[in-house]
Amino acid sequence: MAIASKAASPLRVVLTGNPNCGKTTLFNSLTGLRARVGNYAGVTVERKEGTILGLTSQRPVRLLDLPGTYSLSPQSPDEQIARDVLFVQLPEVPEPDLVLVVVDASNLQRNLYYATQVIELGHPTWVVLNMVDVARENGLELNVPSLSAALGIPVFPIVASTGEGLPALRTALDHETHRAGPLPEPRSFTELTESFGKEAESIESLLETELPERKRLAMAEAVLLLSDDRVLNTHAGKYPETIAFAIAAARNRLEAAGVDWRSAAIEARYARAAAIQMAVTTETSPPGETLSDRLDRVLTHRVWGLLIFVLIMGLMFQSLFTFAELPKSWLEAGVNALSSWVESSLPPGDFTSLLSSGIIQGVGSVITFLPQICFLFLFLSVLEDTGYMARAAFLMDRLMSRVGLHGKSFIPMLSSFACAIPGLMATRTIDSPKDRLVTMLIAPLMSCSARLPVYTVLIAACIPTRRLFGIFGLPGLTLLGMYLLGIAGALGMAWVFKRTLLRGEPSPMILELPPYKRPSLLVLFRHMWERSRLFLRRAGTVILAINILLWFLVSYPKISGSPAAETDRPTDQMRQSFAGRAGRFIEPVLIPLGFDWKIGIGIIASFAAREVFVSTLSVVYNVENEKAGSPSVANLANTLKAEKWPDGRPVYTPLTGITLMVFYVFALQCVSTVVVMRRESNSWKWPLFQLAYMTGLAWVLAFLTYQLGRACGWN
Amino acid sequence: MKSTVPESVTPPRPLSSLTPGTRGVVVEIRIPAEHRSRLLEMGVLVGTPIELVRFAPLGDPVEIKVRGYHLSLRKHEADLVLLRVNS
Ligand SMILES: Nc1nc2c(ncn2[C@@H]2O[C@H](COP(=O)(O)OP(=O)(O)O)[C@@H](O)[C@H]2O)c(=O)[nH]1
Ligand SMILES: [Mg+2]
Repeated sequence: MAIASKAASPLRVVLTGNPNCGKTTLFNSLTGLRARVGNYAGVTVERKEGTILGLTSQRPVRLLDLPGTYSLSPQSPDEQIARDVLFVQLPEVPEPDLVLVVVDASNLQRNLYYATQVIELGHPTWVVLNMVDVARENGLELNVPSLSAALGIPVFPIVASTGEGLPALRTALDHETHRAGPLPEPRSFTELTESFGKEAESIESLLETELPERKRLAMAEAVLLLSDDRVLNTHAGKYPETIAFAIAAARNRLEAAGVDWRSAAIEARYARAAAIQMAVTTETSPPGETLSDRLDRVLTHRVWGLLIFVLIMGLMFQSLFTFAELPKSWLEAGVNALSSWVESSLPPGDFTSLLSSGIIQGVGSVITFLPQICFLFLFLSVLEDTGYMARAAFLMDRLMSRVGLHGKSFIPMLSSFACAIPGLMATRTIDSPKDRLVTMLIAPLMSCSARLPVYTVLIAACIPTRRLFGIFGLPGLTLLGMYLLGIAGALGMAWVFKRTLLRGEPSPMILELPPYKRPSLLVLFRHMWERSRLFLRRAGTVILAINILLWFLVSYPKISGSPAAETDRPTDQMRQSFAGRAGRFIEPVLIPLGFDWKIGIGIIASFAAREVFVSTLSVVYNVENEKAGSPSVANLANTLKAEKWPDGRPVYTPLTGITLMVFYVFALQCVSTVVVMRRESNSWKWPLFQLAYMTGLAWVLAFLTYQLGRACGWN
Repeated sequence: MKSTVPESVTPPRPLSSLTPGTRGVVVEIRIPAEHRSRLLEMGVLVGTPIELVRFAPLGDPVEIKVRGYHLSLRKHEADLVLLRVNS
């Protein structure tokens, strides 16, 4: 009995290491294709967990992939999660039975800096020495037994991308499942100076009495607490006050004695890491320029580097904008076909309408994002796994820093041209929470693909097809102007936010440029699939619910039947509905912008998604639709041109068109963005703020456009 | 190691003032203490040999090679890292 219950409880293994050391590749080859991907409670840090396959033992082995970390003194939400799991300070993750530290053999010193920190925590720990192939290529031979002796724990040399060395690791894991050995002796890899060591010891004994459950790692914890000036703030409540006081007092004493408590432990540890690295490494060939170095000479070159960057970004933008458009249009056609099939085969009524316009169209509006999201995630994975992402940030940092942003903000902003939702998701690579938030707040100002139908119809209806200087068509120039306006707005608002609301110390850009790697196709597609599925599950349900709500607002209350006016019914229904009433209710706010209540309905209804503006207007103006589905742009534009105010002036003048487009450039007319913003920022505060500031900005700028236009006699 | 560098011959120079390909040893880091920790943890310490690899195409940030790997930091920080250049 006892054995059976022991067999059922899994062996909990945690995978940790520096960023880019190959953790995820190892995770994938150990767990096969089935992993659970989710989030840690309260943060958008990805949590990946799976069961190790190919073991003979009955006892399951659960593997948790931690985010990459340079040290146990966290600088980002990702690193904080890794630290908290290893310190057993995260309620949702129980204490690990075994820790695997992945160490990049081609970058041994810095990887050992982290590995020795983890070993000191006193969990049963093994080192997985990855990338031995890269080290070999660079002319470095590592002596595994002497590394194992120096660290005092087992070391497994592997090549995660080819599977070399994995059988030995699996065998060892098999043994581990029925082992009940003693916990390892505490070890220290830092020879502390006398004064620093004494202070650390007194904090250690205080920790032992205050937090007896973590007694074994008290010394490692004491050294980290003493030298890390942020952790006591970020972990307020996790440490008793007495400890905070003792640490402040110890630091004062050290400062008075002229000891730099921030660097003392770091210097001691690096000295040890360097000594170990020298002792275990033999250079088999003189160090020369690696393939990665040669690539970098082109890819970060003054001319070629920028040119290739523009090409790569162009390709990415193109694939989001055009290639994804094809599957997107199939999905849309499929959704429309299904919804009209439902309409024609079920008896007309509320239920049919709910099913076809509410539910099917709502599901449709979620899955039609899917191709773009998949393409984006595929691209991001390629950029990240090859190592090019860091170069993109390196190339663009100068430009982005002009408005106070980070080089890493460039790609989310570019993605937002396709759609703000993948753009918001792409901000996850930004470490500094404030920079990430600023990027998320401004990303939806980039003109996304859903604005294009709106611009197209309004340009066709309002902008004369004249030419400027004989070559530039006015419609094309207008469209370009709207895109540029969005970019200017985004950069301007970033500048404003960085100086006001989210002011903070400029976060230094200390970024590793990892060697280029050939990514594994399987890993890329898995990544794409896992992340897209998470999007569908989490954001999809809420987007669907809100779409159903909006359907209700345009469908109710029903007008009482007046069969005489059969052809006017949709228009009358629209006017009668809650949305129509709201449109008339907000008309006073719209008059100063030159809009009437019908445009108001369009604005309200298009809150579900901007492109809905077009279909709503065609219902409002009762445009004859072609049977196939979407209203033709030309028909709608002609109807709009003929539309008059009660006093006979045309409604859709060039000025109205420009004003309305300016409004759409700045307004956050997209439920899905709000929902995803809620998920990514983990509160309702930021999406609501974003909604308010963008709507306010849209109104004010539209007002200025219209009033200035009129004042200049342009109408 | 440190004592072999002749103190009087070359005065320390900011990392950002070097030409690509130059090597030197860090002698002082003037970044304010609160912002220094990540740079230290990445292995840029007093006494560490560093090579300036290149400047980004737009002039900022800079790329350095330290402890066998490549790291980039802004000129703003690189101005505050002082090196004694090997001759
Ligand atoms: N040559 C080589 N490449 C590897 C090895 N392990 C991982 N890679 C590649 O290194 C890159 C980064 O790996 P990844 O698993 O994403 O690292 P992580 O950031 O630690 O999760 C990917 O392109 C992998 O294909 C290895 O042992 N040898
Ligand atoms: Mg990873």
